[in-house]
Amino acid sequence: MNHRPPVRVLIAKPGLDGHDKGAKVVAHALRDAGCEVIYTGLHKTIEEIVEIALQEDVDVIGLSILSGAHLPLTAKLMERLREEGMTDVTVIVGGNIPHGDRPKLLELGAQAVFATGSRLEEIAKFVTKVKRRE
Amino acid sequence: MAAKETKLRDVVLESGIEVKPIYRPEDIAHIDYERDIGEPGEYPFTRGIHRYMYRYRPWTMRQYAGFGTPAETNGRFKFLIAHGQNALNVAFDLPTQMGLDSDDPMAYGEVGRVGMAVDTLRDMEVAFEGIPIDKISVSLTVNAVTPIILAMYLTVAEKQGVPRDQVRGTTQNDILKEYIGRGAWIFPVEPSIRLIGDTIEFCAREAPKYYPVSVCGYHIRESGATPVQEIAYAYCIAKAYIDEVLQRGLSVDDFAGRISFNFNIFGNLWEQVAKFRAARRLWARLMKEEYGAQKPDTMKMKMIAGGGGSGLTIEEPENNIVRGAYYALIAALSGAQTSALCCYDEAYTIPSPKASLISLRTMQILAEEMGLCDTVDPLAGSYYIEWLTAEMEKRIVAEMRRVDEEWGGIVNAVSQGLVQAEVARQAYEYERKLQSGEIVKVGVNKYRVEGEEFVPEVELHEYRPEAMEEQMRRLAQVKAERDPVEVEAALAEVRDACASGHNVMPAMVRAVRAYCTLGEIVGVMKEVFGVFQEPVRV
Repeated sequence: MNHRPPVRVLIAKPGLDGHDKGAKVVAHALRDAGCEVIYTGLHKTIEEIVEIALQEDVDVIGLSILSGAHLPLTAKLMERLREEGMTDVTVIVGGNIPHGDRPKLLELGAQAVFATGSRLEEIAKFVTKVKRRE
Repeated sequence: MAAKETKLRDVVLESGIEVKPIYRPEDIAHIDYERDIGEPGEYPFTRGIHRYMYRYRPWTMRQYAGFGTPAETNGRFKFLIAHGQNALNVAFDLPTQMGLDSDDPMAYGEVGRVGMAVDTLRDMEVAFEGIPIDKISVSLTVNAVTPIILAMYLTVAEKQGVPRDQVRGTTQNDILKEYIGRGAWIFPVEPSIRLIGDTIEFCAREAPKYYPVSVCGYHIRESGATPVQEIAYAYCIAKAYIDEVLQRGLSVDDFAGRISFNFNIFGNLWEQVAKFRAARRLWARLMKEEYGAQKPDTMKMKMIAGGGGSGLTIEEPENNIVRGAYYALIAALSGAQTSALCCYDEAYTIPSPKASLISLRTMQILAEEMGLCDTVDPLAGSYYIEWLTAEMEKRIVAEMRRVDEEWGGIVNAVSQGLVQAEVARQAYEYERKLQSGEIVKVGVNKYRVEGEEFVPEVELHEYRPEAMEEQMRRLAQVKAERDPVEVEAALAEVRDACASGHNVMPAMVRAVRAYCTLGEIVGVMKEVFGVFQEPVRV
């Protein structure tokens, strides 16, 4: 009865930040939770990330940012997704996110924020419930 | 009738070693004092690389610092020196580490964020204004752009009246670990190793007191490797650099003594102490037996031990002060020459001056109040420590053999992404154990205060967007004032040196003196070398 196709997730490292442990750990966890996971690798521009998301037809983009530049980068991603008409992609943000920036990220259009120390099962629970895009 | 067996929990260290509840003389019967331990300051240097270690001089305290503009960083340097810090460890922002100028679109929002911004020699002049380069040893945390930043540093020294052959200090300059963890790579693997060879060769000939490379097990461990893997991969990497320079006609004793190491101290106390003692012994054996080193200095493994950021927690951050104190204790019990501690607020921000000072005070208290400097290698001879030291050494050797036999050597393993995949797998395993409670983090997965979501009560370092504007203004000014003919000629020489295979350092020195920007120089290098294509394996 449960023949829901797996959620397709792009784990993305935007900008210059090279800390990818968290991104890779989350990628492993989501794969174990039954998602199809693509990882961009490091140093991607927002344009490149949206391009990969489009080609891979993903339902979720997970941005991983530990440098502190999460607000400008997330704003840029949301703008680019709007330009491409991809507003139905679910965006989540993870990394070194100060508590006070969480509402700002949600306001920018992120659907969820998983700061360092988040539980993998919570991330998996959120992502596996995302509706597949038409 | 036998007494009822007491049921004890199993203890298995991160490196996979099973620990017995009691160790006895027979556990170390196979260890010979002369052969395996030796006197401090003598081969195989298990007990330390100096005869009297901290009794003669405590370890160097070198906190990592740098943010915003070079002028702001200069201010923090002077603050730390005024409080008794005797060495500097310079943090650069990501655009600088990635070879981008502050006005590059890709640098937007990152200028001065995680370290100081450097575009031209002018910035380095400002950062070290009033800092006596001949007295303070300076460590520069750069990797892919090392030839350029090193050329700038030597030029600043010269302008301060310090001749090249008197300059002390270190550049991190370990590109292979950047591909494994930390990620600040630019060029493909082969030319990157060649550039490291160029800097080692140049320093061996012209700046013999300088340490051109600090091989970093630290970041490999931060990325998920076990303590055994940390040392094993770092040693494979160091050997790759040594092999590169040996091809240039230098002997191992000409330069290998100036390759130092940066290791991590978070984790089980005994495992880390044994790791460092084993690492010293193994390095001495490798240099003597495998490379035929003659000079004792070549066989001495010099290291900075860093109080690992990944051991710190966002939850109840004050607990990190306590963790930092134990990390410092580990470093002192291990005989590190230099230590640096991550600050208690570093899990979520650039450290505040208060947090930096607490880290420095932690080390000062240990050195000057607690007796850690009284006698050399105080744990030597302990049944457990000596047994564990031997066990760690054995496993490090086995892991190094695996890199060579299963992965075709470290250069191939990094190029193909094999080490990266192994380290990521370990990281996932560790995280799962942490989340299941198998590995305990006090205040996080045990004794956690439930209720209100954690809100840090400590101050956050505010990023100043104006720093980016100031930096761009200075860059524009430098560009307007420099001699454009010399800039073109110097960049052409960089291109020729890169393409011809000659040592790039003389061309780098000329280019920085002409105030060529970091981005201009790296742009030329990218044209010749191309960029690394990351093998993405998850």
